[in-house]
Order: sequence, then structure tokens, then C-alpha cells
Amino acid sequence: MRVPLSWLNEYVELPKGSTADSVMAELVKVGLEEEGSHSFSLVGPIVVGQVLEFVEEEQSNGKTIRWCQVRVAPVGAKAADGGEDVRGIVCGARNFEVNDKVVVTLPGAVLPGDFKIAARSTYGHFSDGMIASARELGISDDHEGILRLSTIGLDPEVGTDALELLHLADEAAEVNVTPDRGYCFSIRGIAREFSHATGAKFTDPIGLVTPVKADGFVVKISDAAPIRGKVGSTKFVVRSASNVNAQAQTPAWMVSRLKLAGMRSISIVVDITNYVMLELGQPIHAYDQSKVAGGLVVRRAKPGESLVTLDGQTRALHAEDLVIADDSGAIGIAGVMGGQSTEVSSSTTSVLIESANFDGVSIARSARRHKLPSEASKRFERGVDPKVAEYAAARVVQLLEEYAGATADSLGSYFDETPAISAVSLPETFASSITGVEYTQAEIVDTLTAIGCVVATVQGGYEVIPPSWRPDLNDKADLVEEIARINGYDRIPSRLPVAPPGRGLTKRQKLRRAVMNQLAGTGHIEVLNYPFLTSAQNSYFAEADVPRVTLANAMQEDVNELRLSMLPGLLDAAKRNVSRTLTDLAIFEVGLVFAPSNQAEVSLPSGVKLPSDEELAALHESVPHQPLSLGAVFVGDRVSAQVGKKSVKASYQDAIQAARTAAHAVGVEVYLEQVVVQGFHPGRTAAIKVVGSDDFIGYAGELHPELAAENDLPRQVGILELNLEVLFANAPELVQAQAVYTYPAATQDLSLVLKQDVPAGDVLNVLRTAAGELLEEITLVDDYRGSNLAEDEKSLTFALRFRASDRTLTQVEATEARDAAVAAANAKFGAVIRT
Amino acid sequence: MSENSPITKASVDAVVSDALKLISEAKDLSSLKSIRAAAVGEGSGIAALSSSLGKLPGDQKAEAGKLITAARAELNQAFSSAEEKFYKQEQAQKLAAETVDVTAAANTQVLGARHPLSLLQDEIADVFVGMGWEIAEGPEVESEWFNFDALNFDADHPARAMQDTFFVEPVEAHLVLRTHTSPVQVRSMLERDLPVYVLCPGRVFRTDELDATHTPVFHQVEGLAVDKGLTMADLKGTLEHFARIMFGPDAKIRLRPSFFPFTEPSAELDVWHPGAKGGARWVEWGGCGMVNANVLRAAGIDPEVYSGFAFGMGIERTLMFRNDVKDMHDMVEADVRFSKQFGMVL
Repeated sequence: MRVPLSWLNEYVELPKGSTADSVMAELVKVGLEEEGSHSFSLVGPIVVGQVLEFVEEEQSNGKTIRWCQVRVAPVGAKAADGGEDVRGIVCGARNFEVNDKVVVTLPGAVLPGDFKIAARSTYGHFSDGMIASARELGISDDHEGILRLSTIGLDPEVGTDALELLHLADEAAEVNVTPDRGYCFSIRGIAREFSHATGAKFTDPIGLVTPVKADGFVVKISDAAPIRGKVGSTKFVVRSASNVNAQAQTPAWMVSRLKLAGMRSISIVVDITNYVMLELGQPIHAYDQSKVAGGLVVRRAKPGESLVTLDGQTRALHAEDLVIADDSGAIGIAGVMGGQSTEVSSSTTSVLIESANFDGVSIARSARRHKLPSEASKRFERGVDPKVAEYAAARVVQLLEEYAGATADSLGSYFDETPAISAVSLPETFASSITGVEYTQAEIVDTLTAIGCVVATVQGGYEVIPPSWRPDLNDKADLVEEIARINGYDRIPSRLPVAPPGRGLTKRQKLRRAVMNQLAGTGHIEVLNYPFLTSAQNSYFAEADVPRVTLANAMQEDVNELRLSMLPGLLDAAKRNVSRTLTDLAIFEVGLVFAPSNQAEVSLPSGVKLPSDEELAALHESVPHQPLSLGAVFVGDRVSAQVGKKSVKASYQDAIQAARTAAHAVGVEVYLEQVVVQGFHPGRTAAIKVVGSDDFIGYAGELHPELAAENDLPRQVGILELNLEVLFANAPELVQAQAVYTYPAATQDLSLVLKQDVPAGDVLNVLRTAAGELLEEITLVDDYRGSNLAEDEKSLTFALRFRASDRTLTQVEATEARDAAVAAANAKFGAVIRT
Repeated sequence: MSENSPITKASVDAVVSDALKLISEAKDLSSLKSIRAAAVGEGSGIAALSSSLGKLPGDQKAEAGKLITAARAELNQAFSSAEEKFYKQEQAQKLAAETVDVTAAANTQVLGARHPLSLLQDEIADVFVGMGWEIAEGPEVESEWFNFDALNFDADHPARAMQDTFFVEPVEAHLVLRTHTSPVQVRSMLERDLPVYVLCPGRVFRTDELDATHTPVFHQVEGLAVDKGLTMADLKGTLEHFARIMFGPDAKIRLRPSFFPFTEPSAELDVWHPGAKGGARWVEWGGCGMVNANVLRAAGIDPEVYSGFAFGMGIERTLMFRNDVKDMHDMVEADVRFSKQFGMVL
């Protein structure tokens, strides 16, 4: 809400020297957050001048200018800039005549956009100022020549300060109005709040007029389908005015205020309705009375009914839309936008003024349905004071009389079925029990009275009837907020509550941290990516028919799926880094991936009471499965070339190592299986499984080179994705320590000859199992292929370390264990010891 | 006493003197080793004298023996110290030869880093865990009931439309990308025994275009306490403690009246940031208030018995003004240089 200060000052006394900033600083104390200030950005001297004479001169560029002599001060007096009283000014416009009074910006003046006026040589003359247009002054978009003051009904003395004359020295404070306080979308509401913030005296603007209950015009409220039990309109006031001069000029002060409030001046009738809406918060609609056929009916739209609204759009109406109709059908969407057929025009002579109160929910739905958020709908959605309707109508009539030559008409209508406001019980100590502030009884009563409540002190507390403009005050807590904010939140003391002894992080939280810290500690960089993907990206690693969670209103139409995998997002991140010449990457992300639920339709239970167990179960069931996942991507060099070191290219090995690192961080040991899966290099991919449970937790390997190319990445990219939910489920509840045996170990090296297609990991697993309890550690140290071996053979070398718990092991014992392992490998894979 | 004893002070001194000369002429460990026999070993003068000791008459043996022993000790000492001197010399030469340019040391391991947004969430969690609170989490695709209805957002409440919500297909399933972490508060109240003191960090979504200060995907941390007798004073005390840990002992907070559907009274929260770049100042930090009675009711909690407070703030925003991050793009573009500068601490 933008509030011109001169307007605000009419209803609440602003301290001398108030600025938009100082007003906002007060308003923020009562909960109206500052948004900024607005002004015409004009600096004087800007004065009224009179054209004494001019000569038209054709220029070589084809343009004709006028060389004018303009009086800018009374005869013999100094001009506002200290210069002569008559100036020579070059003017490009030709819409004026000799003796016209105009606005002259003298040297030293500044126009919006920091446009500094100075005397300068142009078109062969020394132009000593400028004659301004309405657009240059920021009053309107009119750029059809300069502003002739006679056209806006002004005939001031030459030399008069034009900023004062046109009310352009005013400024506006803009504050953010929260949805609970619709009444603050009015000067009336803001003035009241300023009074609460500062104690300055508030004068209610509805006191400016005396409402008249006119009759004779038929209005029928006929709501056959109230929304959520609420009739569409409970108050409807109509007034009529005749002899309207619809072409009358809107007075400068009103134009200025409307402009500062963010509205354009359109015509006297429309300007007055907008002005009254801004002043009192009551949206008003004006009809050209001659175009309305018969009386008005407030009803829901009929099937197939449509309407051309003021903006020229044809709107197909919905059965829920509340409309205003005459004998011809709908002539407006109530509280949202009027219709074109009854629009006020320059030839209008009699006006019907509608000042009504509509149900907020109904208006909100219509505004949203037709994508027509208007100044009117904004106010109705948040609640309009039902008591203000007749005052607003009277105020419109009053202004029409004053500025459009109108005559108030006895014709009209008055309908009021506003429900009574129910009292709220406020227990005596409730405010203190919520705020921690010990308010006195007087403070409570005075505060609530100040905001317009009627307060009765009763046994144990208060019965409070909130004012008509505060539909948000329904509950005792609402009243506490008023007491707290008006008395100042700074009165609330500070006390640190003591929570019951906590259990620290959950196991899952600890494990997640361990994985992330361990990966960061081993040279991986955590990144965060949006979970939004294209369908194509989501199909890198999943078949196209795997169901996905899809957004109904994605920000980019084709990026509308939630990720099934962490990897496409990480590849995108890798691509971005590479494009910035950050070509060596080991990045990871931990986050949720999304699988859709099968629920097509869910009805939501009430939000103000505990749902039943069945309802809660259905809600939980409707929420998609969102497991925690780890993704990692390796690009470029894992180790860069340095003094004494050769570079090492990142590969599937880094991906597998990251899987081992993550598993190790949570006390899980994993093994590998050679697999072929979508999106991965068919010959360089491992399934990661848990030793013991054999649970599958993910894949590590090399990105399929086609996908690497598609993402502008080098051919060899290592990738990993682990389902952390399964990994965490395998983490030991409690690590059971193994004794650390100190008897000397016996080590053995073992080289086995095998077929090349036997996976080393499988051999290692068999050796480990068969070597028995004495085996402490086994490591694959070499894979040899070449001379002395058959073409399809390889030799794997393992280092084994044996140790006994209770004695020094002999080499004979170690050899026996080793031989058992070899026998098993021989039985399973045909392995033989290399000699 | 015999007059012809060959073992006299003079003869022993002469032998010693010869041997010491030999030792002194050695240049290094190997030359020292090579004169070992001649100086102190079997072929040395002192050895020759020793061997004549046995032939001496008994009354001369003791005297001569003493002389020999003293001489041997002197020679052994001289030899050992020469040996030690040469050993040290050689070690020093050897180590000197091993000198490398340590300033050219290679990075044997690539350095990693956490993302500051996730580090900051951990850091905040630790503050509250230290106060006995627990950390609660929930799904990012959430039922509208948890995200709105249970939080006192009526279906037609203007606040519900103002949330700029991402909806999931089909819309009849009433699923959204959570617009705040408040649904986790609802879940916590439903699942946990009272009293509840939980902190809910996590990722949230709103349909804002990415620019220098907005992103459609961002992070929040929200706190919720429901207990008997909680007041706004407890809210204030908690926030003050939190602010001091995040921004230093001189930090303070102030509350301004505001509106949220799920709290009543509601407040905007400003923090006095003593270390702010460009000078200490008030910064808008988040929102807070006393839990709305309807929210308690939706979670099956009797608002006549329990009261609660809640607060929430943006992690991105906090990081921006706390660590002087100037542009939202830096936090969401996954540029490794951004994470790297933080390492493992903020």
C-alpha cells in the first residue's frame, strides 16, 4: 500500500518535517513493513509561466520549433532562479497559444531520471529553461505537447511554484500489508495504525460524509449456491448521481495522490471511485446508468454465461462466479472487474454507484480463476469493513458533486444483512501467559479499545467485540497479538527454556554426516544441485517407462521431472565447471531422489483438528518414496601432474573407491560384481554389494561414452550412485571390537594363473573364505598378462597376512591355510599356482 | 724391584703418543677403521706392551698393569670420539645430499570440501543439539495437508496463493514441493511425545526465478518448541542464544509484528550483526511467533494445556550476510571453487 503523506496527514497528524522514511519507521513498529518511498523526483525552480509571444522557425532537420518569450515572474520581479522575469525558450511542441499559462522548468531544476535543466544554445537561440509536458513532470503519460494549465482548470499567477500548485512536492510511503490486515489497504487503516504507533490523533475519514439510505432502485441478492455456506453478498449499497460532466478535469491534487498511490488518472468518474477506494478501503463500481437495463441482481453465473470485461476480454463464466446482472445478463464479475457494456464513458451523464461487500473466498476464487487480481479483489479477499459501504457511496457522490458538477439523486438501494460480530472471551491472564509480559488490566482494556474493540470486563477476564474492520480477530490469541504489538514487542522479556535431555543426532543423521565428511576428507567436493530434470536426463539411467514425479507448474516447461538419480544433475554441474575451465573434478551430492506414489486422488482432511488414524495413514501413503542417495562424478585428472608425480586420470576406479570410502565411513564393507547397466560403460561397471548381507547398494563405474559426449564431457568419466538408505540399514548397530592380536604374523605371496574372464574380486572372495580364520588380510597386488602365459590367461598376485590369536604362527601353518585357499580357487575357477 | 721392566711410564707414554698420532691422522670413518689394529688393536704398541706384562716379576705386575689399563682407556676413548666425530660428519654429509626443494612438495591427496550450505545446517543443528533439542527431517515432496492445511492455511486463504508453490501431477493427489520445512514440525508433533523441542533443517521450494537474491530451491531451518508454559519470552531467549552463537557475543535480536498463518502472535526477526561487512547493523533474519492454536489442534495437542513457539530462517540468506556471499548464483551453480574456499569450516 502506497500512502501519499499529504493524504495521510488529513486523518492523522504527522510530525512536522515527516518524510516517507520517517513515516515508515513508525509504521514498522506496528507490523507494517517498509517497502520504499515514491515521489515525483522533481526539483525546482519549476514555476507557472505565460507565453507572451512566439515565432515558428523551420529547421534544417524538417522540424518546426517555436522560439517563445515566456513571462516567468510578475513584471519587474526576479524569477525563482534569480534571473529575468521574461525568458526566451525554445519549444518543440506546438499545442499552445499566446497567453497560455504553462509550466516552466528554470535552469537549476531537475526532472525525473536526473534530467538537469540548464540554459543552453539550441536551434540558433539561447534557450533559458524549458516548457514542460505532463509526462516530463511525471503526472501522466500524455506527451501530446506541453501541459496547458487551462486544460486542467487552473489559472494561477505567473511565477507561482508549480510543484505546490500541482501537488508534486508530495511523497508516498509504501508499506507491505500482511494478508490478515485488509483494512490497511486504505488511508483510513494506515492513519489508524500510525496513530497506534505514535499516539498521534486519528480522525476517521468516514466522518467527512453523512450516509444516505436511498431507495427506489431494485437490487436482488439471489445466491443459490453460497460457497462454504457464505452468501456472496451481505451488503449492497447503490447511489445514483445525475448531471454528471464525465469530461470534467480531475483536480491536480487528486491526480497527484492517485499517481503517488500507484494508480493512473483515467477520467473524473473512475478517478473518484479509485480515490474513495484508496481512502476508505471500499472498492466501488460506477455504471453508466443509461446502459443498465432494469435493476441489479447479485447471483451466481448461469451455465454457458459469458461477459466482456472492462479490459475487452471475453470471459467464460464459471458456476461459482458471483456476478452482477441486469435484465440483459451479467454485467460484471462481482468484486473483480466490471463489464464493458455498462462502462462509464465521456458521454455518461448519470452514474450508478455500487458500494458492496462480497464474500472474500468467492472473490478470491473468481480472481484466481480468471487471472484477474485487481485492486478490488485484493481488498475483498482480505476483508472490507462492511460498515463503510454507505459512507464510501456518499463520499463518491460528494466528490462527483464537487468535481463533476453532478447532482445527488434520491434513487438508490440499501441492503444490509451483515452478520453480527461475535464477542471473543479473553481470560484475564491469557495475554501474559502467551507473551511473558505482565500487562495491567488498564493496558489490556485501553489497547483493545484503541484498536476499535468494545471491551467489557467480566468475571475472570474480558468479553471483546472486535471492530467491523478487523475480521481477522476471531480468537483470544488474535487479541493477544494486538495487545503485544501495540504495547511493543520490545517489552517482551528474554528467558532461555530448558529442553528435556536430548538424545543427540539420530543414527541416520550421524551416518549421513560421517559419509559426507569422509568423502570431503578424501578429496571430494560437495555440491548442491536442483532436483529438476528433463525427461531425457531422467532417462539416462532409467528406462523411459520408469514412472517419475512430474511437476504441474515447472518453471521451465521441459524441466518438469524430479530426479530419479543424483547423476544427471551432477553431470550438469560437471559440464558447467568444465565450461569454466575447471576440468579436474571429484564432486558429490547427497540428497533425495523421487519415486512417484500411486495415489491419483487424495481428499484432504480438515486442518483444524486431528485427522483420524485412517486419514493420517492415507496422507502418509500418498507421499512418494524419497530415499536418500549419494552421487559422485569424476572428470579429468584425479591427481594432477606435479613435481615428481605424473598425472592420474580419473576413472571408474575413483568411483569404486568413493563407494568403499562411503561404506567404510559407516562401518560397512563392500564387494564388487561386474555388471552391465544402462547409462554406464558396459565393460567398466561394478555393482556394489555389502559383505555379509549381500544387499545391493548401487553402481560405480564409467559413464557411457555417449552420455559423456552428450554432456560435453571428456570420454572417461567416473560415476557412482549409492542408495544410502540401504547402506545405512547395513551399518552396525554397535561396532563389536575384535581383539588386536600381537603374536608375530606370517606373510605369504600367492600368484594364481586363471582365465582372463574370471573376476579378480570373485577370486579374492573365495580365497578369503577358504583361507580360514588365520587369514588377517588379503590384498590383490598384481594382474599380469603376457609372456609365459596362454593368450586367454592372466596371473593374479595376492599378498596374504596370517596371524594366530594365541601363538606365533609357523610358516607351515600359514602355508597350509594358503593351500586350502588355493584348493578352493582351483575347484571354483581352475586356478593353479604360477610356478 | 726389577730395574729392567720394559713397562715404564715413559715407554707407555711413547706408545700412547704414537697411537694418538695415528688416530689423529685418520680422515674419515674408513681410514679410522683401517688404523684400528695399528692404533688400539692387536698390532698396536700397547698390545705389545700388554703381552710383556705376563713376563714381569710379580711385584712389578700391579704397577705396570695400572699403566697399561690407563693407557688403553685413553686410547679407546680417543678412538671412540674420533669414530663418533666421523660418523656425525658422514651423516651430515649424507643428509645434506638428500636435500630437496620442500616448497615444491606435491599434493599427495586432492583436497575436498563440504558445501557451505550443508555445513551451516550442521553447525546450526549442533547449536540446538547442545541445548537438548533434536533434529527432525521430512520429505521434500509433501502432502498439501502437512504443508498447508495443518498449518492453518485455509484452502482459500490468500496466504496459500501467495506461497508460489510447485504442484505435483496429478494435482488431485494434493502433493507439493514443500514451501517451507514447517510440515516437519507437524509431523514431529504427531510422532513425538510431548514436550517437543525440534529443529527442522532442509530444502524447500518456491517458484521464484533465480537471481542475485532468489532461488527456486533453497534451504531453511525451523525450530519448534511445544511445552507447558512456554511464552514469547522463551522464544526471545532461544533466538538470542542462537544469534550469539552464530554472530558473536555482541549479537542481539529484535522482533517486529507480522503475520503468518501458523503463528499468533507473529513476528519478523531482525538480528544485530556485529561483524557485518561494512559495519554492525540490523539484518532481517527470519520469522517467528507462538504456534497458532489451530496448528496444535491439527496435531492433536490441547492448546489449553500446551503452548509453543516456532521460528524459521533461510540458510542461504544467513550464509549471505554472515559470510558475505554476494550472489545467490554462487550457492546454486555447483562451481567447485565456491565450496573449496570453505573447506570444512565456516
